[in-house]
Amino acid sequence: MQRRNLLSLASLILAGMIPAGAAVAAEKPIKIGAVAPKTGPLAGGAAVTQWPTIKLWVSDVNGRGGLKMKDGTRRTIELVEYDDRTNPGETIKAVERLATVDKADFIIAPYGTGLNLASAPVFAKYGYPQIAVSAITDKTGELAKRYPGIFFTLGNTTAFAQSVADILSQMVKEGKIGKRVAMVNVADAFGIELAEAARPIFKKAGLEIVYDKSYPLGAQDLASVVKGAKAATPDAFVAWSYPPDTFGLTELAKIEGLNVKAFYTAVATCFPAYAGKFQASAENVLGAGGINVDAAELAGYFDRHQKVTGVGADYWAGPVTYASLQVLEQSIEAVGTDRAAVTNHIKSGSFKTVLGDWKFNNQVIDQFWTVGQWQGGKFVGVASTGKTGAKSVQVKTGW
Amino acid sequence: MDTLIIGLLLGATYCLMALGLTLQYGVARIMNLAAGEWIVVGGFAAFWSFTVQGVSPIWGFVFAVPFAFVVNWLIYQFLLTPLIRRAKSRGALEVDSILATFGMSFIAIGLMRTAFGGEFFNYSFLSEPVLIFGSAFGLNRIAAAGVAVLFCVVLYFWLLRSRTGMAMRALALSPASAKLVAIDVQKLSLIAFSTGGAIAAAGGVVLSTFLTLDASVGVVFTMKALIIVIMGGVGNLRGAIVAALLLGLAESAIATWVDPGLTLAAAYLLFVLVLLVKPEGLFGTKK
Repeated sequence: MQRRNLLSLASLILAGMIPAGAAVAAEKPIKIGAVAPKTGPLAGGAAVTQWPTIKLWVSDVNGRGGLKMKDGTRRTIELVEYDDRTNPGETIKAVERLATVDKADFIIAPYGTGLNLASAPVFAKYGYPQIAVSAITDKTGELAKRYPGIFFTLGNTTAFAQSVADILSQMVKEGKIGKRVAMVNVADAFGIELAEAARPIFKKAGLEIVYDKSYPLGAQDLASVVKGAKAATPDAFVAWSYPPDTFGLTELAKIEGLNVKAFYTAVATCFPAYAGKFQASAENVLGAGGINVDAAELAGYFDRHQKVTGVGADYWAGPVTYASLQVLEQSIEAVGTDRAAVTNHIKSGSFKTVLGDWKFNNQVIDQFWTVGQWQGGKFVGVASTGKTGAKSVQVKTGW
Repeated sequence: MDTLIIGLLLGATYCLMALGLTLQYGVARIMNLAAGEWIVVGGFAAFWSFTVQGVSPIWGFVFAVPFAFVVNWLIYQFLLTPLIRRAKSRGALEVDSILATFGMSFIAIGLMRTAFGGEFFNYSFLSEPVLIFGSAFGLNRIAAAGVAVLFCVVLYFWLLRSRTGMAMRALALSPASAKLVAIDVQKLSLIAFSTGGAIAAAGGVVLSTFLTLDASVGVVFTMKALIIVIMGGVGNLRGAIVAALLLGLAESAIATWVDPGLTLAAAYLLFVLVLLVKPEGLFGTKK
């Protein structure tokens, strides 16, 4: 009895193995490497924007049966993930490892400006295309020249500052707010670069910066910052902030009664957790990013994201990350797994993405959302560089 | 006046971060680099109570504190005791415990990531303004300060008045002589270590009402706690409390009158100054 069971079990296993083995031989999966923070200061942001988006993309592609190659075969995606602990040294090591040990066919660009720039030479060394998303800098042109395989998709510092200035000066013109602006920034590359870009731009737009301070990354108490800003009696509040401080500043602004008619916090304002924490108070808060939630290409994206990954999608870099993966997907389908050919295809091709049609101009996407606003429980795009479907900016009426 | 209140509230926040480590390092002689992770565990328990269970985050205490106590008990019993047995001197134990707990912090981060993901977690609780001298402050911060004061007072009287407390102070002062007066060093250290972990978790419950946390943020708290414990004098509760308040006041003064960007620099400057003038810490005893 026992032996028979064992035998049947063995034959079952064998039977199961044969077709599987045959399938593997026919279409080897495409190995895609991913390195981003799972721990460390940027882990919280990556856990909203980067990792779930990758998961959704892999699930979408494999759900369709894999990538449809030129020769008609289908190749599924095999994902290899590494945690860089938000440490540039680790990012570099992981990219090296993916290239030399795992022999990944392609590597998804890391998360964060610093980590992308740190690993760019390694991507270039091994000839991998690097479609950077969560990297915002004004040096995109220079970097694109230096690294022929790097691409930028999320925008640049000046455009983000300019859009905020445009929105505020328009509100001033319409007589909705005065021109006094309180501006704070996190003392980190991102915050410093934006604040520096914003100062002359705000001035040129006729705005008056009445409070201008920075605070250290990871500061546990921002009460002095918000009190200082409030004491300057501003009409608008702009914070070039990172996730933990975006939450901290908003909570304190609410508590202190910083009742400005335009309230802007940068990164993480577009996270579902922001509306989750502040509920109705989040209404009409401005923040970095935004998206046209009514776009046809985006239909079903948010529901699918929630269903597959178990978390809500953010309204900015998450969908852009997805679009960047679609670029990779469509390039592989068009020209195969030769990395140089894929890089060239990305440079010259046009792509259908969840954010509409994409075409790189000198390795940079020129049309992107810059400012969004919470309206009716959704973070909708209100300013962009040439995107369609922007909603009009609403005046914030208290918390 | 605002500066003073902000400073005191911040000092109380720091107090919550450091109290647990004071016991763990001061009495049990374990420089626990995984202390911050217990704050995150407490914070998550509160978050989970509030958002998943739909009850007050105060329930976080009920889940986190006993859990932290038991797990820290086990950690001490099974992971740290072998180190203590083989350590030839206090210095050797410190090095060993730093390395061991550093590793444990990674394991803890990994476990927390698996258990509740890497996302930020936060929620709104008691997020209402309270007017003090005409200026608004968050009720959750004031409540946190209240809890900090409560913890300090209870801990202070426990150490000062109870028999166990007295033994603990003896142990903190001189581990070698403590044995001579029939103090069960091993058992007492175990209690101190577990209690320290439980206090850290309790602190986390309170801190989560106004801080945004994620699985790997613990090291930030460990660093703050470390500075405070060393600044106050190792194993000295009063020293830690004073150091926490000093740090809070200094940061808030710098933020208001100089620049908020310099708070971190000010905190470390204060730390260096204290160590230069009194290397054994504010209330530490000379060896």
